[in-house]
Amino acid sequence: MNLHEYQAKELLQNYGVPVPSGRVAATAQEAGGATDTLGGVAWVVKAQVHAGGRGRAGGIKIVKSADAARGAAEKMLGGRLVTAQTGAEGKVVNRVYVEKACDITKEIYLAAMVDRSIGRVAFLASAEGGENIEEAAAKSPDKIFKLIIDPATGLEDADAGKLAQDLGLSGMQADAFARALASVYKAFLENDASLIEINPLAVTHEGELVALDVKMIVDDNALYRHPDWQKLWDEAEVDVDEIEARKFELNYVPMDGNIGVMVTGAGLALGILDMLKDRGGEAADFMDVRPVATRDQVAAGIRMLLGNSHVKAILVVTMGGGVLRCDTIAEGIALACKQAPGHVPIIVRAAGTAKEMAELALRNQGVDVIFADDLADAADKAVAAAKTSARGKGRK
Amino acid sequence: MGILVDADTKVICQGLTGATATRLTERAIAYGTRMVGGVVPGKGGRSHLHLPVFETVAEAVIATRPDASAVFVPPDKAASAMIEAIEAEIPLVICVTERVPVLDMVRVKRALEGSKTRLIGPNSQGVITPDVCKIGVMPERPHTKGRVGIVSRSATLNYEAVDQTTNVHLGQSTSVGIGGDAVYGMNFIDCLKLFFDDPATEGIILIGEIGGTAEEEAAEYLKQVKPKKPIVAYVAGLNAPTDRRMGHAGTVDVFGEGSAAAKIEALEAAGAIIAPSAADMGKTMRRALGGR
Repeated sequence: MNLHEYQAKELLQNYGVPVPSGRVAATAQEAGGATDTLGGVAWVVKAQVHAGGRGRAGGIKIVKSADAARGAAEKMLGGRLVTAQTGAEGKVVNRVYVEKACDITKEIYLAAMVDRSIGRVAFLASAEGGENIEEAAAKSPDKIFKLIIDPATGLEDADAGKLAQDLGLSGMQADAFARALASVYKAFLENDASLIEINPLAVTHEGELVALDVKMIVDDNALYRHPDWQKLWDEAEVDVDEIEARKFELNYVPMDGNIGVMVTGAGLALGILDMLKDRGGEAADFMDVRPVATRDQVAAGIRMLLGNSHVKAILVVTMGGGVLRCDTIAEGIALACKQAPGHVPIIVRAAGTAKEMAELALRNQGVDVIFADDLADAADKAVAAAKTSARGKGRK
Repeated sequence: MGILVDADTKVICQGLTGATATRLTERAIAYGTRMVGGVVPGKGGRSHLHLPVFETVAEAVIATRPDASAVFVPPDKAASAMIEAIEAEIPLVICVTERVPVLDMVRVKRALEGSKTRLIGPNSQGVITPDVCKIGVMPERPHTKGRVGIVSRSATLNYEAVDQTTNVHLGQSTSVGIGGDAVYGMNFIDCLKLFFDDPATEGIILIGEIGGTAEEEAAEYLKQVKPKKPIVAYVAGLNAPTDRRMGHAGTVDVFGEGSAAAKIEALEAAGAIIAPSAADMGKTMRRALGGR
């Protein structure tokens, strides 16, 4: 789960990382009022969407009056912000964050993440932070410093000092940097983060370090030990179908095409998306049914696909394993079709445990499905069905 | 032959009395796997499926001398269970648990360093050498004893490869699921090494997916060793975003790297034969091994 900038900043501030004072606003009026509350002479109005590249896309504006703050917020709120990272549809802006502006002399890049190759938490840092960090990293990788943390010893002072030195910091600034590093590491561990990226960690005219922008991702697998995340998640602007899917423990990601896809297994689902594309088809979603799925969870997934007006055909591919059985899938499909009878062709490829029972179950229940022999046959039939199906809003 | 397990492999199950563990252990016993006991804190001293249940892994080790442990415990206790098995020096630990927090796995990885244990998973379907030994959650039926070693991040793609190699009459020497998470035990390289040394394995199917750099690292290794056995590789997710979690936690990359295209390019450059789709893994291996 991605946190919003204001959520991440509030969290880091609680760990002692300095951040500018700011207020979150859902209306232009609130944004204007925030400038009075914050005081000062200049402020930054920032669109709260989960994507980088906001500055270049007009999602960050520096203002020097309450009126200008209202104006900037007015333009952003309710609109869609299209950045290099959002895709063409962009992301809806429901909140802006108003911060006191500060003059800066230097921009540091600092990120904590899990290094997958070695399975440890690592820091990445560069003295050349800011919006161009990706190009800087590609052009001169020697200017990106990496510090890998041994979980047995934790972050050691000497290593933090060395990293500060590598970044050209000295004296009080080096000390402040080491303190920030320790705070970020503690926040990372205690909040089951997958990423905390501060870019820039700015050096102000007064010589202080301030986290000007923060991107934070937390590990969904650790939700059980963070009941407080529910609130963060409610504000995280997830698609309504994604909320429904989460309720039924389906791994679901909406996509742009018109073939509804349900597959028992994430890897196989990825493979199916590729096979549809090879045949000129486009998936409307990625939906992975976990091995522990029940009939009702499967039915909920099929209902979601039937309810998606873009979907012209549904492809269900099951490889029954030792835990999930194909007949559970069949019962789920039958249940959903009875609750919401529609005219969407459903193509089913069943293989593995209880395959025959699955086919029998669907036939006996009178559910009209097209059976496919193997993966290629299933993909062929799904693409053909989507092309000739009368339903759908005309997405390609 | 085959890798990791054989007919003599003695196996305990951590979390034996759970519903899924019970069902799958019954099936493992029916398949011929030498199950010798279980570990369930609070239920030590009982018997389940005619197997002795122990309070701790250390007690189970003294009483049964297992070669492997199958970890079937919930995500909140999975890391402790793996670490307990590592500390008890069980040579092979296979964790099927899904949704283990990644920072827990950072601790488990640290415990593995310098230990006597090989870890498979978590989020793995397990290991099977057909007709000999099965540890995990895979369906038995599509497997046939044979010539191809399979190693995969995804369980269902692994089953597809098994089904396909059975259909083209190649069969499998051993099939291994290394799991779909970001931080995990044995990787592609570890399994490739074992397959290269295994006389029963004539060709290897490597199944990757978006996210991380495990496929690129495997490609780098293949370049160095120039294996004599053919490697067929399939990578899923050419048309999926890498900044979203596509089911497996390991598919998402924080900086959006780990594209399928980059992995395919690296593996092809290292001499692997690329299966063009998930439906073509068996056929491609059949051709690579000189059949039609």
